[in-house]
Amino acid sequence: MRRIIPGWVKWPRLDFALLSGLLLLMSFGMIVLYSASGESLDVVYRQATRLGVGLLALLVFSQVPPHIFRIWTPWLYALGIVLLLATWAVGVGRGADRWLDLGLFRFQPSEIMKLAVPMMMAWYLHPRHLPPEPIAILVSCLILAAPAVLIARQPDLGTALLVAVSGGFTLFLAGLQWRVILGMAALAAAAAPALWVVMHEYQRNRVRTFLDPESDPLGSGWNIIQSKIAVGSGGLTGKGWLNGTQSRLEFIPERHTDFILAVLSEELGLLGVLVLFALYIFIVGRGLYIASLARNTYARLLAGSLSLTFFVYVLVNAGMVSGLLPVVGVPLPLVSYGGTSMVTLLAGFGILMSIYGHRNFIR
Amino acid sequence: MNLRALTRHSGRRPLKDQALEGRQFSTRALTAFLLILAAIFLLSLRYVYLQIVSFDEFTARSINNQVRIVPVAPNRGLIYDRRGRPVAENLPAHRLELVPEKVDDLQATIAALGRIVELPEDVIEKFEENRKRYNVFDSVPLKFNLSEEEVARFAVDRHRFTGVEVVSYLARYYPYGDLLTHVLGYVGRLDVDDLNRVDQGNYRGTTHIGKSGIERFYEDRLHGISGVEKIETNSQGRILTTLERGNPVHGDDLILSLDVQVQQAAWDALADRPGAVVAIDPNDGSVLAMVSKPAYDPNLFVHGISSKDYRDILNAPGRPLFNRTLLGGYEPGSTLKPFVGLAGLESGLITAESTVFSTGQYFLPGVSRPYRDWKKGGHGTVNILGALEQSVNTYFYQLAYDMGIDRMHDYLSLFGFGAPTDLDLLGEGSGVLPSRGWKRAYYAEPWYPGETIIAGIGQGFNVVTPIQLANALVVLANGGTRFEPRLLYAAKHAGNEQAEKVRAPVARQVPVVDPANWDLVRTGMWRVVHGPRGTARSIKPEAGYEIAGKSGTAQVAAQALDEDMDESTATHLRHHALFIAYAPYDSPSIVVAVVVEHGGGGSREAAPVARAVIDAWLSQGPDQ
Repeated sequence: MRRIIPGWVKWPRLDFALLSGLLLLMSFGMIVLYSASGESLDVVYRQATRLGVGLLALLVFSQVPPHIFRIWTPWLYALGIVLLLATWAVGVGRGADRWLDLGLFRFQPSEIMKLAVPMMMAWYLHPRHLPPEPIAILVSCLILAAPAVLIARQPDLGTALLVAVSGGFTLFLAGLQWRVILGMAALAAAAAPALWVVMHEYQRNRVRTFLDPESDPLGSGWNIIQSKIAVGSGGLTGKGWLNGTQSRLEFIPERHTDFILAVLSEELGLLGVLVLFALYIFIVGRGLYIASLARNTYARLLAGSLSLTFFVYVLVNAGMVSGLLPVVGVPLPLVSYGGTSMVTLLAGFGILMSIYGHRNFIR
Repeated sequence: MNLRALTRHSGRRPLKDQALEGRQFSTRALTAFLLILAAIFLLSLRYVYLQIVSFDEFTARSINNQVRIVPVAPNRGLIYDRRGRPVAENLPAHRLELVPEKVDDLQATIAALGRIVELPEDVIEKFEENRKRYNVFDSVPLKFNLSEEEVARFAVDRHRFTGVEVVSYLARYYPYGDLLTHVLGYVGRLDVDDLNRVDQGNYRGTTHIGKSGIERFYEDRLHGISGVEKIETNSQGRILTTLERGNPVHGDDLILSLDVQVQQAAWDALADRPGAVVAIDPNDGSVLAMVSKPAYDPNLFVHGISSKDYRDILNAPGRPLFNRTLLGGYEPGSTLKPFVGLAGLESGLITAESTVFSTGQYFLPGVSRPYRDWKKGGHGTVNILGALEQSVNTYFYQLAYDMGIDRMHDYLSLFGFGAPTDLDLLGEGSGVLPSRGWKRAYYAEPWYPGETIIAGIGQGFNVVTPIQLANALVVLANGGTRFEPRLLYAAKHAGNEQAEKVRAPVARQVPVVDPANWDLVRTGMWRVVHGPRGTARSIKPEAGYEIAGKSGTAQVAAQALDEDMDESTATHLRHHALFIAYAPYDSPSIVVAVVVEHGGGGSREAAPVARAVIDAWLSQGPDQ
């Protein structure tokens, strides 16, 4: 499908459908954020700045051909591992040593891993026959397990799971046999009690609270209960923008970060939620479509895995806000305020754009 | 599965088939997308469940979250004396309140607050006890009457204390302190026992309740009607706006018949001696003064008395908590003689002309032990006037002997002896007016003639309270009307312009056989003060008005019934000085009863107190 158009005309190599979806989502998010922050323009400006930086990363990454990413993949992965080890030694942050202070700014090395793990797995599986053979499965598992364990130790179970999941998706997209998938799922279920033992006490409490929030309505159950009240009282059309009482009166915890979806649900109702879900479906669908257009294993696996991981954020966050899943620190992607995750996510979409823009290169 | 075989096999494989892999990938991607759609569908169902199916439930909970109905305590009615002097006021003060529901760690929070405001152990105990009657989302008072510094210190650190708030309120204040304690009583923190005797709904926002005295007796009138406020709060329980307000109705203002100036005169006249003074207007039964000494500062109780202060009051000499005017039981001694004399006259046992020869000793037939007069050698021949003027025991021994105890009992009970006066305070004692029946009931013993003899001079089993004594004299002074004395003079209901006058109910109209008999007894009492041999002639006013009175001496314990009854041998430790009086003699407007504990002779110690009270009352113009 080679076109007879000079290369520069295609610059910038962007997928305008995906970009529109992202911009629409981000604009929607900023409107909700304005309300969720208690009408703080300051917060909205800072979010806009962060999105701007993210979009810049997206733009830059989109111009880099996928094979360059592939060449640099092992180095990026190695760097991530080293930095994770460094947090062990010199990490800063309240309670959880996730942060590295680089003088100018602080960042979470685990963010690198959100990109580096699917990249590394795609890199590893790229030259191999697919569906992967047992030895390849074993090595893949090691690739994803090493950083996941390091991140879980920080402790940041949410990110660790996301990293592990992104690796899992790579394997799935690589055609991992269903019987292996089911076997692993069974193994995971069997290992759950062991997980309980190694969990921190606060993590166990979160699970306990999730199972029965009303047991401690003012303590650990407060978040879930207040969030559900916000969502439920929103109804079909919501209480109106800037009119959510649960949000205005500060009943919703973390209302402009992890629980911003509760604010959206309360003020814009079920319709607002469905519009948001539709935007996410469109973005993820478009991402998977781009993946299927790619011409080599590395690009396919990477694009597919990034898209699916993006969706996992949505699933986990929306599940948490509605009381379906335990409270884990996973933001609503591109809508929640703050976090390095926004830049990482947009950089990921930059890679997707690059794959889309260079889909006709055979390398 | 043979791992090695598979690895070898893969080694033999040709190059990857990108087209095949691409198709495989697309299948997987499509599968993934369908799973995503399924997941989103399930997630949407969850939101439909929350937002559509459970909408009503969550809407209700959301409204409950923010809107709270808060009771608003009414302002307590003020109390004035009969000349409009405020005797119980409401002053602005600050208290610390906290909402247990909003406080994560109550112990830690209280400990942290303890570094900012003073929180003694008993304050915390009281709080723990108190919060049981509140809902967890209610604001519970922790510490009352914060000082200015405490309020300021809390304001600085307020952000650290979610669910804790400084609330301004009106605190009860008694400007006259201990002077009026035994009348007014005091308000204190509402407790479980209090709640059982009030309408709990009306007391939801109330923190203080009348614990004793007028504050307790007229609690219903003083409290008022509670209002409600609908308020919007945020998650910290901070009040954002008031949505609706149902105003409370403040309590009635009470005007007491008490005159602070007369009260003060009685207080000062008693000086540092324990004792009691009651003054009543014989025209309407209103109480003019009511002093029990020693007393204590009621303001200490308003904010929750510290255990140290309470110990101090309990251990103070003279039992300051004991209200002598209502509960102090004293032998009436010779103050009973006018009433016994009147009983003799009205029943026809004696007349103005009847005389008795006093030798200093009186013998019952067949009994060798004498009943003595207070004056060695006796008073000679006396009639009823002389008997009253000089307090001649022999006259009344003979009269009592002739009358018998049951007739004496029946007549004296018309004057209210032996029963509570039913004034408007709680916890009044009834005293003892002995009779055969009474002794049988209480001691299961027969009555002995000797007991009648000493009953005639107010000793033996006789016990009166100061209020009783004063109220009995009211009957004698006004010629037959016995009131239920009243401290409440008028009450002003919220919203009314005028105060409504309160009348003391008439308890009994004492039948008058011959008014001349009454005049005779009054003349006898006049001679006590104005006669040449009157026992209380030292208090005779120089000019202006005349006083009728009678002194008495009461034995502290009843152990010396038959011996040592004469006043000259009285020991300071054993005898209480009593005096009753009314004035002006020709048209009485005040009746006074005075007890000075361990005062010795009634004329010497108690009479000047009565004189001071009468002076204070008569020196003032008409009220209001």
